Amino acid sequence: MMSWHPTQASTYAADIDNLILLVGVVVGIFFLAAEVIFFGFIFKFRARPGVKAQYVTGEKASEKKWISYPHYLVLLFDVIIVVAALRVWYEVKIDFPPAEDRVRIIGQQWAWTFVYPGPDGQFDTADDIRTVDELNLQVNRLYRYELHAKDVVHSFSVPVFRLKQDAVPGRTIVGWFKPTVTGEFDIQCTQICGIGHGLMAARVRIRSAAEQAAWISTTRDAERVARRGTE
Amino acid sequence: MIDEGLIKKYLWSTDHKIIAMQYLFTGMLMALIGGFTVYVFRMQLAFPGQPVPLFGRVSAATYNSLVTMHGTIMIFWVAMPVLLAAFGNFLIPLMLGCDDMVFPKVNRLSYQVFLLSAIVLVASFFVPHGAFGGAWTAYPPLSARSTYNLTPYGSTLWVIAVALEFAAFLLGGVNFVTTAMNSRAPGMTMFDVPLVVWMIVIASVLFMASVGPLLAGAVMLLLDQTLGTGFYDPATGGDPVLWQHLFWFFGHPEVYVVLLPAMGIVAEVIAVFSRKKIFGYKTIVYTAVATGVISFFVWAHHQFIAGIDPRMASLFTVTTLIISVPIAEMVFLYIATLYGGSITLTTPMLWALSFIAEFMIGGVTGIFLGAAGSDIYLHDTYFVLAHFHYTFFPIAIIGTFTGVTFWFPKMFGRMMSERLGKIHFWGTIIAFNFIFIPLFITGAAGDQRRVYNHLGFPDLATPWRQDLRIVATMALVTMLAFQPIFIFNFIRSMFKGALAGANPWRANTLEWLAPSPPPHGNFAELPVVYRGPYEYSAEDREEDFWPQHIPGGMPTPAETAVHGQWQA
Repeated sequence: MMSWHPTQASTYAADIDNLILLVGVVVGIFFLAAEVIFFGFIFKFRARPGVKAQYVTGEKASEKKWISYPHYLVLLFDVIIVVAALRVWYEVKIDFPPAEDRVRIIGQQWAWTFVYPGPDGQFDTADDIRTVDELNLQVNRLYRYELHAKDVVHSFSVPVFRLKQDAVPGRTIVGWFKPTVTGEFDIQCTQICGIGHGLMAARVRIRSAAEQAAWISTTRDAERVARRGTE
Repeated sequence: MIDEGLIKKYLWSTDHKIIAMQYLFTGMLMALIGGFTVYVFRMQLAFPGQPVPLFGRVSAATYNSLVTMHGTIMIFWVAMPVLLAAFGNFLIPLMLGCDDMVFPKVNRLSYQVFLLSAIVLVASFFVPHGAFGGAWTAYPPLSARSTYNLTPYGSTLWVIAVALEFAAFLLGGVNFVTTAMNSRAPGMTMFDVPLVVWMIVIASVLFMASVGPLLAGAVMLLLDQTLGTGFYDPATGGDPVLWQHLFWFFGHPEVYVVLLPAMGIVAEVIAVFSRKKIFGYKTIVYTAVATGVISFFVWAHHQFIAGIDPRMASLFTVTTLIISVPIAEMVFLYIATLYGGSITLTTPMLWALSFIAEFMIGGVTGIFLGAAGSDIYLHDTYFVLAHFHYTFFPIAIIGTFTGVTFWFPKMFGRMMSERLGKIHFWGTIIAFNFIFIPLFITGAAGDQRRVYNHLGFPDLATPWRQDLRIVATMALVTMLAFQPIFIFNFIRSMFKGALAGANPWRANTLEWLAPSPPPHGNFAELPVVYRGPYEYSAEDREEDFWPQHIPGGMPTPAETAVHGQWQA
């Protein structure tokens, strides 16, 4: 299954993939065993002339154990999966490491707007940078995002990060990610949001520190020119 | 005696069997609409932008409407009416040995309200701006304001139709539960009741207990749409996530509302065609009750990433994985029932066995999604879609075919063709797997749901992904192409099939005592019950079945109480 997955481009992508692998192995063993026994029974106990079926109630202790042992095994495997799943969940959604940078993500019908705080590190100041449908990040930098929705529910999804989070009108939802490879990847909206839902494609561009600095200065120059033009 | 006109007999009847047929045929007609919608939008996904034969080009708005209607129809207007209402109505009085439902007029009203709801829903295709396109989950604010969804009439009709449908099933549920409690044949204890009746009754209780909040939610949504209230609008103090809680508080028990009747149907069929007593009958009843209770505590696993407090995910991951225990146990008990059997692979048995084989895939893939950590990635991808189709297809489609092919002789007094039945079975079941296995892969590879053209996303526009989407679509077209065989077999057998007689499968339960088809009133003489429903292949008996109504053997204490001491 791993080979079908997209590139792992965040610090927690591998943890999520490993969790999927763990669940796959655990339930896969169970599934194969159950199907083998199931088809084995169908073959072994096919009707034959003159052979009557056995009378088994399944209510005696000696019969019940065939159900209760697998049942305990299911419980044991459930515990393993719960522990593994919640460790990953805690890492991604609850325990935020200290942020090195911030980005505000705004979903609306049908585009993503990204706001960067600029050199002063504060949102809603004159040096903010805004981009539409293109998220510009620096590799190996830990970002805290705050997610907003202007109109309806959207869902911010970056498959290479293995990150997904709904954006809900009226709420500010925070989270984090740390890109680990440079490159350009898809951003999706994964919650149906109207007729343009299928067009709400954006891209994340992950650059080295030097490239990112260059991008920031050219973008800020362009913004300054644009602002002067409107004054 | 007054001559019953055709309208009075077939449209205004209070006979539970006629009402069952009304539900069955309405459900199957709606399935044709649901099947056509999926044909159109799967063609669009495989060949984006190309005109679809029999339909034309698919716009983004149309795509959303078709996806929404497919989900809504298949769950509310196919699975519910067929599994719960049609089989519930047909089987409960016959299997309990009584002449009709306790409230026949409420029953008639239930179908009439249901028919009205179906008409309202289908009408929404034809109103200006088209049918609602905000998914069957209808999350506000998208569903609440026409400036967002652009379907001012379609979205309102959708809510009205769904609310009417719920009212219809509330009426039906009251009847099912009351009849099962009060109208059992003399001698029939609760543990002599066939599993399918147990399952339908438990499902009705689940439905009635879970639908109230959503019905209230639907009224609030209707008010938001039409009067401009703000129950789900944060700008006026409302909250969009409220709807999600109300919807899924109903929506997850709803899975079990349709699963349990299907599991019940399968239980009847595997007992008969393996000539075996059900392994651990009481345990199955207990696990069904346990599943029902736990199903009220798992809803937020649909909302892990919906903006709820992330700490809530811990609780709901635990409950979700716990529910795997009773369901796994039920499946184990079904498999154990086959042990030591004398298995004949008739068409109904093939369907029943395929239910178990396919449902297990749906069951185990649910674990990936119930585990909050992996759901972050897999949520709202085609992996989810493939997962729940491996549960809902066995439930709604395989369950229906199992039940129809098994009880057809009782419904119409004639046998279906086994040869056509098997061709239809293999064509459907093989094609089904070729639809959804590729979609597990594209989902794990990042395809998100409800997108009308994945080629707009550079990472998803790779040739191997598109090839898999085309395989899924071709398999769907193949599967649909096999369905006329079933329809032909059904209609032809109604008139030309071999006469069935009362008990063609040599089964134990009471419906096989009544003539085929049973007349109004069902039984010439109301039966008395002497034993449980699954006494197949009992030792020191010549016959390998032992119908519930035939006296003999040692009476149970309950029988003694009913029939008096003369037997002892």
